Amino acid sequence: MSEIPILKIGDCLLVSIQVDMHDRLAMALQDDLTQRIVSDRARGVMIDISALEIVDSFIGRMLNNIAAMSRVLDAVTVVVGMRPAVAITLVELGLALTGVRTALNVDKGLAMIRGIIDNAEHADAHRDR
Amino acid sequence: MADTAFAGLVDKHQKGLLKDWLAAQKRDGTSRDPSAEAANADLARQVLDQLSKGAAGGRLDDTTAPEWAPMREVLEDFSRARATQGFNPTETAVFVFSLKEPLFDMLRREIGADAEQLGRLTWAVTRLLDALGLYTIECFARTREEVIGRQQQELLELSTPVVELWDGILALPLIGTLDSARTQIVMENLLERIVESGAEIAIIDITGVPTVDTLVAQHLIKTISAARLMGADCILSGIRPQIAQTIVHLGLELNVVSKATMADALRLALRRTEKVIVDRAKALGTED
Repeated sequence: MSEIPILKIGDCLLVSIQVDMHDRLAMALQDDLTQRIVSDRARGVMIDISALEIVDSFIGRMLNNIAAMSRVLDAVTVVVGMRPAVAITLVELGLALTGVRTALNVDKGLAMIRGIIDNAEHADAHRDR
Repeated sequence: MADTAFAGLVDKHQKGLLKDWLAAQKRDGTSRDPSAEAANADLARQVLDQLSKGAAGGRLDDTTAPEWAPMREVLEDFSRARATQGFNPTETAVFVFSLKEPLFDMLRREIGADAEQLGRLTWAVTRLLDALGLYTIECFARTREEVIGRQQQELLELSTPVVELWDGILALPLIGTLDSARTQIVMENLLERIVESGAEIAIIDITGVPTVDTLVAQHLIKTISAARLMGADCILSGIRPQIAQTIVHLGLELNVVSKATMADALRLALRRTEKVIVDRAKALGTED
């Protein structure tokens, strides 16, 4: 069974999905990812779906789940690289992925995570004072 | 047999028929442009030519027969030209129907003695000309429909421009009603441009949208959601007071930042992308 690699960039994790997802693979990915967030003390997770031409409700739900899990572990999730056709299909299906942040590409996703983490730290610092 | 005799008669009296026909056309007013008379006469000659050739086949009751094909072609060209020149259907139809009178006159003169033959032929010719006239109108309508379809397509393409207002800021001025077909095109255009330009903010301006009902709102929400999935935030602008009231009365929840004018939206977009526009006069004034 193939495995989806998880790459570490600073305190972010990058997951690039390039194969068809199925139940088992999705479960394995959620397992691996939560493990890595804890062991690497990651603050952000980027899921790159630029290679996916078809995103169905199953993948949509998986993305939502991963975002929710990361949130519990205090990491921000950003889905990056969605194709226009995929975006239109998801909207037509009524899956707006409201629980997930999105960015155009990995670059912008990284900047977005940085911004969110900085903001959170800033707010924390204020509260401490 | 008698039907082929009709072909011979048309051939024999072509000159006279042509003269009478053109006179009838002038009286009934099928051509507005006096300068087009020469072309009209030429066309009429062609039609008479094909009439005798087609009638030679002996099938006056079936204009779909192969011997009528050249005639159909002539009429098709004629009605297409008329449609693009902006003639109305009556003017186009009268061109064909005005041929009846000269033909009947000719028949009466030639075979007026034989009442039975005259009645039969008159009926056959009436049916024939009706069929040809209807065919002309059909072609005319088809050409009109083609024109309308093409204009619709052009309108679709023209009316959905995506403008780059600033680095990373796109504007989408919507004009006209948003239906499903247009929403699809608007969405595709917007998303393509977001990928191309890497924009993070899209301003959707609905100043030109006459009414916002639940359907239009749903289309707007779809477009906004799709842009969000591509990582671009949307700002809605150009909401007229009337539309603001309608939105509230209908209980619509757009879940998007909205501004009254495009200028306000641009100001917000610039602030979000951390850009500042400075009034030079004022900036210099405070330095003094």
